Amino acid sequence: MALLAIEGLSVGFAREGRFARVIPDLTYSVEAGETLGIVGESGSGKSVHALALLGLLPQPPGRILGGRAVFDGHDLLAMPEARLRDLRGGRIGMIFQDPMTALNPVLTIGRQIAEPLIRHKAMSMRQALDRATDLLALVGIRDGARRLSQYPHEFSGGMRQRVMIAIAISCEPALLIADEPTTALDVTVQGQILDLMAELRDRLRMTMVWITHDMGVVAGIADTIQVMYAGRIMERGPVNAVFASPRSAYTYGLLQSLPHGARPPGGRLMQIPGAPPDMFAPTPGDPFAPRNPFATPRCHREAPPLRAVEDSVAGHMVAAWYDLPRLLA
Amino acid sequence: MTAPLLRVKGLRRHYASGGGLFGRARYVTRAVDDVSFAVMPGETLGLVGESGSGKSTTGRLVMGLEEPDAGRVVFDGTDLTSLSASRRKPFRQRMQIVFQDPYAALNPRMRVGDFVEEPLLVHGVEAGPDRVAALFRTVGLDPAFMQRYPHEFSGGQRQRIGIARAIALRPQFLVADEPITALDVSIQAQIVNLFQDLQESMGLALLFIAHDLSMVRYLCSRVAVMLRGRIVEMGPTEAVFGDARHPYTKALLSAVPIPDPAQERGRRRLAFDAGGYVFPPDAALRDTGDGHYVLMGEAA
Repeated sequence: MALLAIEGLSVGFAREGRFARVIPDLTYSVEAGETLGIVGESGSGKSVHALALLGLLPQPPGRILGGRAVFDGHDLLAMPEARLRDLRGGRIGMIFQDPMTALNPVLTIGRQIAEPLIRHKAMSMRQALDRATDLLALVGIRDGARRLSQYPHEFSGGMRQRVMIAIAISCEPALLIADEPTTALDVTVQGQILDLMAELRDRLRMTMVWITHDMGVVAGIADTIQVMYAGRIMERGPVNAVFASPRSAYTYGLLQSLPHGARPPGGRLMQIPGAPPDMFAPTPGDPFAPRNPFATPRCHREAPPLRAVEDSVAGHMVAAWYDLPRLLA
Repeated sequence: MTAPLLRVKGLRRHYASGGGLFGRARYVTRAVDDVSFAVMPGETLGLVGESGSGKSTTGRLVMGLEEPDAGRVVFDGTDLTSLSASRRKPFRQRMQIVFQDPYAALNPRMRVGDFVEEPLLVHGVEAGPDRVAALFRTVGLDPAFMQRYPHEFSGGQRQRIGIARAIALRPQFLVADEPITALDVSIQAQIVNLFQDLQESMGLALLFIAHDLSMVRYLCSRVAVMLRGRIVEMGPTEAVFGDARHPYTKALLSAVPIPDPAQERGRRRLAFDAGGYVFPPDAALRDTGDGHYVLMGEAA
């Protein structure tokens, strides 16, 4: 059963007197226990849609134009703010990219971990601080009892991100939404965090939505990959199938542009021409068509719907008028 | 045997920190500590390491943007560290730097054509619109863009503008400090290909500072790995990636995400405590054969 179902979500953004539909019409769902990896770059709508469904989109300049985001039977978009606030940090955990700005610099780490426990689990301060010590141990911070009285600036970037994870999982959320949680971290620290998250997910049976630009990270942590571009889903499916046989020229281009080992003599990286889309100057048709060497005339006229890929596994979907394997053959 | 174009010997830069106002420094950060390497003409040396490893400071010291506490930067046989600013100026034509953030590097009120032309004027080299237009074409930009302002460009285009300026004086050597880190994934390959083209057409030597190890492996013929201000391993790229010797290099390589679900799931990451690691007291870069150097003590 779907734990989260987004139906027809549409989000607009205003800038300098202009208005853009940054997410025209987004529909997808996440099954209970599934880890969905959402991949995209600037203008893909991957972060904006997450903020929108959590009720954290700054309005204005943003505006939710329509749609539903049904979590466990209840529409997050139609919910009174007070109820949504109860869910956030409770049954829905969140982690964002920059732990320094997400943590309050003038409150101790202990207070910040304890706060959601007091709020959502009706614990006393003492109970919450005991639990906070356990949580720090769980995310690999030793000497937790002492560190609870420290402030965010006394922690390194990797340690602050671990604290954010401790806060996010403190109430054992059913759903965890993580937006580029490891992007600002060094690669060895990122590796530790990824291993930790996979372990916690399995132990707490969490459903995860993991938003990133890194195909390697998705390959490691996700069951399902969803590639977004210009606020739309270009391709989606089980990671093995999508990595082995991408059907969107955009997914294919992203994978091909990554280096594999040493450069062969005379070799060049395959590059996607052009630049990510300007949502304030949309082009007709498939948004990737202007950069797509495989684009057909129809791609430039008409946006393709997301459809099942016939000759692949169940759940593999693509929005494309062309048949990529045939073009590559 | 050809002489190196750039030779860095015993470079050191320490920062005092932790002291209050008027107070004495409580500890010293060894940002760059006894760093030595060479770059041959036309060669690409990758400098990798994590934040705080000293790789960017090393690039700035090489460029003379910061003064070292000790050590020498020898360019084409001349020790730059002993030169006055005015005697150093001619060398600035021959070595240039490209920064991570193409936004910060550009002057928002300057037309990008003027920005690219500026170093030519500063060094009294014959400039003019034709020369600037040629530079724009070299980096893959339409010369019609010369009249525009930085905000009209995407991140990738801004980095191209930064590169056009850096190559305006036809340098022999370029420091590229995280030049693709801030760019979208679909743009990174474009810029890496551009560096490769420039090397081939201009014979440019490159110090490529990055934390993206797969890109370094692809672009660089040799690589140096930095940890807390020191080079812990250096050698031909395939030797270092294929047969890493230092525990830090091993941990670093084991942590790079691979865009392949089968490989990514099967792997085990190696742990390494970068902050707590103690260098052996007699640690030095020792040659293990074929130009593959590893920082280790005598006993190891």
